[in-house]
Amino acid sequence: MDGFEVIAEGFARALQILLSGDQGILEITLLSLRVSLAATLLGAAFGIPIGFLVARKDFRGRSVVTTVINTLMGLPPVVVGLVVYLFLSVSGPLGFLRLLYTPEAMIIAQMILTFPVVCGITISSVLSLNPKLKETLVSLSAPPSWEARVLLNESKLGLITAIIAAFGAAISEVGAIMMVGGNLLGYTRALTTAIMLYTNMGEFATAIALGIILLLIAFGVNLFLTYLQMRSRVRRTT
Amino acid sequence: MSFLECRSISKSYDGKHALKDVTFEIEGGDLLSVVGPSGSGKTTLLRIIDGLEKADSGEVLLKGKKISGEPFLHRKMIGMVFQNPVLFNTTVFNNIAYSLKFRGEEGETIKKKVEEMLKLLRLHDLRGRNALTLSGGEAQRVALARALVYDPDLLLLDEPTANLDPYNVSIIEEVLQRSNREQGTTVIVITHNIFQAKRLAKNVAFLLEGELVEFSDSAAFFASPRDSKTLSFIRGEMVY
Ligand SMILES: Nc1ncnc2c1ncn2[C@@H]1O[C@H](COP(=O)(O)OP(=O)(O)O)[C@@H](O)[C@H]1O
Ligand SMILES: [Mg+2]
Repeated sequence: MDGFEVIAEGFARALQILLSGDQGILEITLLSLRVSLAATLLGAAFGIPIGFLVARKDFRGRSVVTTVINTLMGLPPVVVGLVVYLFLSVSGPLGFLRLLYTPEAMIIAQMILTFPVVCGITISSVLSLNPKLKETLVSLSAPPSWEARVLLNESKLGLITAIIAAFGAAISEVGAIMMVGGNLLGYTRALTTAIMLYTNMGEFATAIALGIILLLIAFGVNLFLTYLQMRSRVRRTT
Repeated sequence: MSFLECRSISKSYDGKHALKDVTFEIEGGDLLSVVGPSGSGKTTLLRIIDGLEKADSGEVLLKGKKISGEPFLHRKMIGMVFQNPVLFNTTVFNNIAYSLKFRGEEGETIKKKVEEMLKLLRLHDLRGRNALTLSGGEAQRVALARALVYDPDLLLLDEPTANLDPYNVSIIEEVLQRSNREQGTTVIVITHNIFQAKRLAKNVAFLLEGELVEFSDSAAFFASPRDSKTLSFIRGEMVY
């Protein structure tokens, strides 16, 4: 069977799975979604405020911090997986938490991947705001809490981009969740780790089918985020 | 004690004087026009009064208290309209409401006061429009509304009508005069249009290369200026 035939069969298989509502694959898909959405939200919960502070505060070493964050945006997932594994393994410093090979461990590992992505893009979008905005806020006596609120609102477009990029990085990675999740059937098996497994077993068509499902849910999530992005853009109405 | 006092204000950028030993005072309820050619230090003076810029020497006193010490506290009494105002990426209504939210005002009060401003500046039909889609004159009116909505004691305007059409100019001038007369707001307005200064002002200050060349009441300023440089500026003979 050549490559094209495998892909075609994969499509047929994907259709079949989608129509039949295969329970096992549904579970795998939901786990992938749950882990990656949680990791994206947590990454944003830390990445947006920290990115905002780095962009706003003039402190010593700011450019070093920014460079480090920008570098971490390209962190290899398998390295993150390895480090988290070492921390969570029985003899590791956080071994007592007994989190290794759980969905929580997968979320932690992916959060370490999404955090720098959100943080780095937040820094760059806040830095690119019109400097006169800050002066206007000072002149209008905006207290710091309001200043942050208004400036984040002005960076909305960039923040949505940050979340899109972070979710993309999380949902598509395999190295980190493989290491710390262990690909356990019915518990920590996600779409990407399942694709690896089926590929290793030579079941290419199923692997392709899962790949198609992965793309479809990524498309669905991005459809929503892009809708938000388009809505927050400024349009001239007259 | 006068309302606003500027004592020997000097400021330089990169060794070049933007303001040199500028001293004057105005009373509460005055309307002062600051005129002068481009680069004469008008904007710098306004920014120092608003506390956005620190003078190298000299001090600004508002109701007898030094502004330079606590710009934040005093700024709450000051409204500023920048030459090219930056509006926020939200509706016209919200842009004006922000000034009140920053001061901890409540919903009903905010609504009432913003409505008043929309009416005063004839922005009613634009209340729901995103402020970034406004024309120059409309944006300038929103900037004035958001500075006036909290009823400042001192209103500062940097060439508020430069490049505007007569319709917008007349609304802005009318609102300035009304808040000056009816609310007793003290106004300092920078203009390079001496006709506007003549129309509006009680006092006129003439800045030239950072120096305060002339400061007098409007009638005297135009009828019998003391300095020959003022005369040539009024006559439009000054080359700049
Ligand atoms: N931030 C700045 N950095 C350097 N020079 C400045 C700055 N702001 C103003 N200046 C200079 O100070 C002088 C006065 O400027 P300004 O107050 O803007 O004049 P005006 O408003 O009367 O046109 C000008 O020579 C200007 O170039
Ligand atoms: Mg100026």
